Parts: sequence; C-alpha cells; structure tokens
Amino acid sequence: MSTNIERFAYDNKIVKQFAIATALWGAVGMLVGLIVALQLVYPALNFDFAPTTFGRLRPLHTNAVIFAFVGNGIFMGVYYSLQRLCKARMWSDRLSAIHFWGWQFIIVVAAVTLILGFTTGKEYAELEWPVDIMITLVWVIFGLNMFMTIIKRRERHLYVAIWFFIATWVTVAMLHIVNSFELPVSLLKSYSWYAGVQDALVQWWYGHNAVAFFLTTPYLGLMYYFVPKAANRPVYSYKLSIIHFWALIFLYIWAGPHHLLYTSLPDWAQSLGTVFSIMLLAPSWGGMINGLLTLRGAWDRVREDVVLKFMVVAVTAYGMATFEGPMLSLKNVNAISHFTDWTIAHVHVGALGWNGFLTFGMLYWLVPRMWKTTLHSKKLANWHFWIGTLGIVLYAVPMYWAGWRQNEMLTQFTEDGRLQYQFLDVVNGMQGFYALRSLGGLLFLVGAIFMIVNLWKTATQGSFQSNEETEAPALAKNYAIHGNEHWHRVIERKPVQMLVLALVAVAIGGIIEMIPTFLIKSNIPTIEAVVPYTPLELEGRDIYIREGCYTCHSQMVRPFRAETERYGEYSKAGEFVYDHPFQWGSKRTGPDLAREGSGNNKKSNSWHYNHMADPTSTSPASIMPRYPWLHTDVIDESMTPAKIRAMITLGVPYPEGYDQLAVEDMRKQAATIYDDLKLSESSLLLGENGLQPNQEIIALIAYLQKLGRDIEVSNTTKTAAK
Amino acid sequence: MKFINYLESITGVSIYPLIALIIFTSIFTVVVIKTFATSKEIISEHENIPLD
Repeated sequence: MSTNIERFAYDNKIVKQFAIATALWGAVGMLVGLIVALQLVYPALNFDFAPTTFGRLRPLHTNAVIFAFVGNGIFMGVYYSLQRLCKARMWSDRLSAIHFWGWQFIIVVAAVTLILGFTTGKEYAELEWPVDIMITLVWVIFGLNMFMTIIKRRERHLYVAIWFFIATWVTVAMLHIVNSFELPVSLLKSYSWYAGVQDALVQWWYGHNAVAFFLTTPYLGLMYYFVPKAANRPVYSYKLSIIHFWALIFLYIWAGPHHLLYTSLPDWAQSLGTVFSIMLLAPSWGGMINGLLTLRGAWDRVREDVVLKFMVVAVTAYGMATFEGPMLSLKNVNAISHFTDWTIAHVHVGALGWNGFLTFGMLYWLVPRMWKTTLHSKKLANWHFWIGTLGIVLYAVPMYWAGWRQNEMLTQFTEDGRLQYQFLDVVNGMQGFYALRSLGGLLFLVGAIFMIVNLWKTATQGSFQSNEETEAPALAKNYAIHGNEHWHRVIERKPVQMLVLALVAVAIGGIIEMIPTFLIKSNIPTIEAVVPYTPLELEGRDIYIREGCYTCHSQMVRPFRAETERYGEYSKAGEFVYDHPFQWGSKRTGPDLAREGSGNNKKSNSWHYNHMADPTSTSPASIMPRYPWLHTDVIDESMTPAKIRAMITLGVPYPEGYDQLAVEDMRKQAATIYDDLKLSESSLLLGENGLQPNQEIIALIAYLQKLGRDIEVSNTTKTAAK
Repeated sequence: MKFINYLESITGVSIYPLIALIIFTSIFTVVVIKTFATSKEIISEHENIPLD
C-alpha cells in the first residue's frame, strides 16, 4: 500500500485567541465572584445601584465562570488537541474565527443584559431568548467545524478524547434547546414554556447536565489528551476509558432530579435521580483513577513539573467532587446540605479545583509550546499553584462549616418545641465564614493574575507561530479490515455513528424522566384554590425575577418539621401550575418566601415597603441589598397586555380578552395597596415624588402578599366545610 | 398550547422506562464484555495516538 505523505499546518492562532480569552474572562469571572462574596460580608458593596446588586451580579459570576472561562477553556483545548488527534488542520479557518468572535460577542451581550436585569430567572440559563439563539448558532458553527475536521482527518481512529468532545457537543445542543423553550413577549423578555414542577424538572435536568456536559465531559476529554501529553506516557487504561465513557454519558443524564429532593417533584422522579447518582460514582471514579494512574512511575516528575502539579490537584478535586455528588443525592444527606452553603462548597471544589486547575495546567503547557520558548518563571508558577491550592481550601472549608452550621441552627428546637433561632440569627452567624471564603477567593484570583503575568512574559520572550507545519500520511480511502476487527474500532472510525449513539444514550434518560411528568395529569394534582396571578402580581413577579431574588430566596417549603414550623405548610406541586418560570431557588441566604403572604409570615404592606428601601430598618443586621429604585421607577403598563396574552398562550386560564382589561385591573389593585400604605405612618416619602400608585414597589408587594395565600384559602375553605 | 397536550396523546407511554432500562443494561453489558475481550495490541495502538 503506497503512503502519500501530505504537508499541512496546524492552526495555532485560534488556540492562542481562545487561550487569551480564557485567561481574561477567567479573571473577570473570578473578580465578580469575589465582589459577590464580599457583598455578603459588606452589604454596602451593593452600592444601592441596580446593576451592581447581588441578585444581578451572582448570575453574571456563574455565567462568566461557566460559559466564558470554562467555555473558552474548552474551545482552546479542543482546537489544539483535535487538530493533533486528527492529524488535520481545522476544516475552516473562517468558521473558527466566526466561532471565536461570536462566542466573545455573546459573552459581552450576556454580561450587559444580565446586569441590566434581563433574565429568564432560570439558573445558569438566565440569558434571554435572542442570546439563546446566538448561542445555538455559534454552537452549530463549532460543531460543523469540528465534525468536518474529524471527517477530513488523517488518523483512522478517533482517540477517546474526541468521543468526549462529540458527546459534549450533541448533549449541550440538546440541553440548551430543550431548556430554552420560551415564549418571547418582547425583544428581551420571555416566559418559560414550562410551568412549576415541569419547569423545575427540565431546568435541573439542564442544570445538572450543564455540569456534566459543559464542566465535566469536555474536560475529561482534555484530561485524556493533556495528562498523557504532560506526563509523556499513554493513559493508564484505554479499556477503562471505553467503559468509563459510555457509562458516564448514559448515567449522567438521569441524575438531574437529585437537585429536587424533598421538593414537590413526584417521588418516583426523585428516587430515579438518587439511584442514578449513586451509580454515577463508578464511571466518575473510573475517570479519576484513569487520570491519576496515568502518572504511575512518573510521580517524581510531579514534584518538578508545575503542569503536572495542577493536573494532579485537578483530577483529585474531580474525584472529591464526584464522590461528594452521589453522597449529596442521598435524601438524608441532601436534607442537610440543600439550600445551605454546603452546595456552594461542593460546586467550588469542582469549579476551582477541577476546571480551574486543569485550565491552568493546560495554559502552562500550551503557551511555552506555541511560543517556542520555556516558561518565564517556574517560581511564579509554583507560587500560583500553592496560593491557588490554599485559596481552594480557604474557600471550601468555611463553606462546608457554614452549611453544616446553617442546618444545625435552622433545625434546632427549644425544650418546649419551638424553633430556637430566627433566620436572621443564622445570617448573623455567617459573617466570619463569608469573610474567610472571600479571602480564599481573593487568593485564587491573585494566583490567576500571577499566571497571566507569567504567561504574558513567556509570550513576549518567545515567538509565536500561527501555522505549525507538519506532515502525515493521507488516510487510505479503501480501508482493508484484517481478520476479526474489534467492535469498538468500527464505531471509532465513524464520527457520525458516534454522534448518533451518544445522542441515543443521553436522550433516553431525558425522555424517560420528562415524558411521564408532562404526560400524566395525576403527577401534578391541581388545587382548586390556586388561581392565576393578577396583572399586578404578575408584574411584581417579573420584578422579583429581574432583581434575581431567587439567588438568595427559595420558594419551596420541604416537608420537615423545622421548615413547616418556620414557614408554614409544605409546598405542593399544584401550587406552581401558573409559575412560568418556577422560582424554587437553590440556596437560602435569606429565608424561604413560599408562604410570605400567609400565616405567621404575613407582613403588612408598609413592612415590605420599608424593608425593600432599607432591609435593616425592619430586620436589623440583614445583609440584603437595598432596592431604592423600586420606590421611584414606575411599572411599564405598555407590556402588561402582551404578558397576559403570552400567559394565555402558555395555558394560564385568564378569561378571553382579559389582556384588554388587565391594565385597568392592575391600577385598581395598586390603588388598594397605595391607600393602605398611605395609612401607615412610616417613612413613605422615599424617592423624588414620594409614594405613587404606579411604582414598581407596589407590584412587588402585591406579588409577595400573594405567595402562599391560595393554599391558605384552600385550607380555610376545607376547615369551614368540616 | 400547553406542552402537556402534545404528549398526552401518546399511548402506552409507561413502557418507555422499561425499554430504556433494558437498553441501558444490555448496551452496558455488551460494552464491558467486548472491551475486556479486546487484544492488547489494539489497545496499545489506540492509547498512543496522542503521543505519536
């Protein structure tokens, strides 16, 4: 067989661009993280200014770290490794460039819209529908470029890293499209297609698998390339990687409901989530062991080589986080951890340790190679390693401790059976932990800045080569199969087949979890007393979403004595049937609000008015930001009819033609709250024009007073009937 | 227009979970058996791809 050697060049320019974007957005994302961490210690850092409040910056932090830092990190690693593994240049330089600039444009638009309050209110999927469409387009461009490169490759077999890239691409596409089903009301406002329990299930199917297929599988692919490269030896067990791959992608997709244990999600779905999460431990640790044991016989080099140091800690952090994940999905452990800072600790072991350190390792490996030089300062890189590791420890330990303590305090009863602590007591006990955590975050950020300086100096002392010349034999068109071919080799030669199989594997779990919930009406028992939001309440709810209240307040009372005592009756699935989107939240930095308008939790309108102007006026030592603009900005009535029409389209039973009456009804309800507020003697002259009936605060009060009220009505009716 | 309406019409949907579990278990078993039956030479060839 004649071999035809072909000369070609790898495109390093695109790798360089993504590397720069990774480092810079990483620093930005971490900086915003540090700011939000400090806001919990010094609420004054919210600056009484809407775009800089915690509720808007926290989504900016999570989105920046996930999609800007890790996202660019994925593309950097994929564009470098894919070309080498395929022995081919990226199929189209133009598509590479569109991908790069498109992604950076999305990041900028995302950052601006998020701080301006344009959000869908669904965690890690906050971006509004035009941005969702842009993401889809850029993702398709990335996929096309990747697949065409794979098809035009000169290496017959697809190395395991490429399978992970393929699974990542197809699953993220599926997750993003399914979770982003939303009905646009205007250019930057939409409502989730799903409501309540269904929305929660789809969201956490997405949220969990965004962790799985954006933060994990692409990075596992990168681990399978860069760890063997850095250690200069093949992966420990290729067989393990095959089993690990298929088991991981198949099992991961089922585990989403473990984010919703003890909520109103049907029990069978919760149990399914738990079972698959426990099973997930096996393939996750399969990957970790494979990564770590690749260094067998090379551990002496780990002491010398900073790249390997970062990678070892990254893979170890992956192992810790993926051990903790299944444990957290056990109902008894989840009862403790959920809604507390334990979750924050858990995700940061993953984000700082696994994603952060693997990215740093890749950058330290790539930059000297692409600039044909050696690292400017090993000493500085070692400083980065130690300061970063210390940062992770200082971040995680206080958060674990804080999470445990929050649960201990919130579930503590006195001898005569009353709750021992108010929620504020717990908040006040957290300052030290939050301060230490901020210090941990600061150290991690300082380490990253050391890296940026070090890599910058490395680049300036070297000379960058945009096109790396190389040669490889062309792939023979007619591949002769010799004897009994190994089954997996057949798949490995066919990327499209691989894509279809991966899609089938991941789709099954999603379909099975979701279809029954959508299908069977009995899964969501309706409650007659639960009625749609009035137009004013709906506007108030949109303000609640806009300000990111869900980042600190849950709306989900779990069936525990400590919670029903504190908040009231536990939440039922039927209460959320008109919630587009659901607002259950995932963290209680503040108290649950599901029963804010009912029972013992109910407060007067003037309490809410003053509380939103200055939370410490009603709740001393509260760390909640102030919302002074709600007392001056007016409700945008022009949007209300369109919002009602959208809700009717989504199945909310407003009477026909109600959109035309909505504004009038809204004004009437606002007037009653306005009149009530005027009666109270509190400081009602906030803002330039003082209290007005069309101010946003009125709508928000209407919404907060609605929370839990329907279920109270339902109970009163039942009692009366008896 | 509610999403639920589109799916309600599917009959016998309860068989879905069963089919899925059978698919998963069988694929997983086949993957494990076949993988361990692979020759060392083939594995060695593959695992060295990044280092070539």
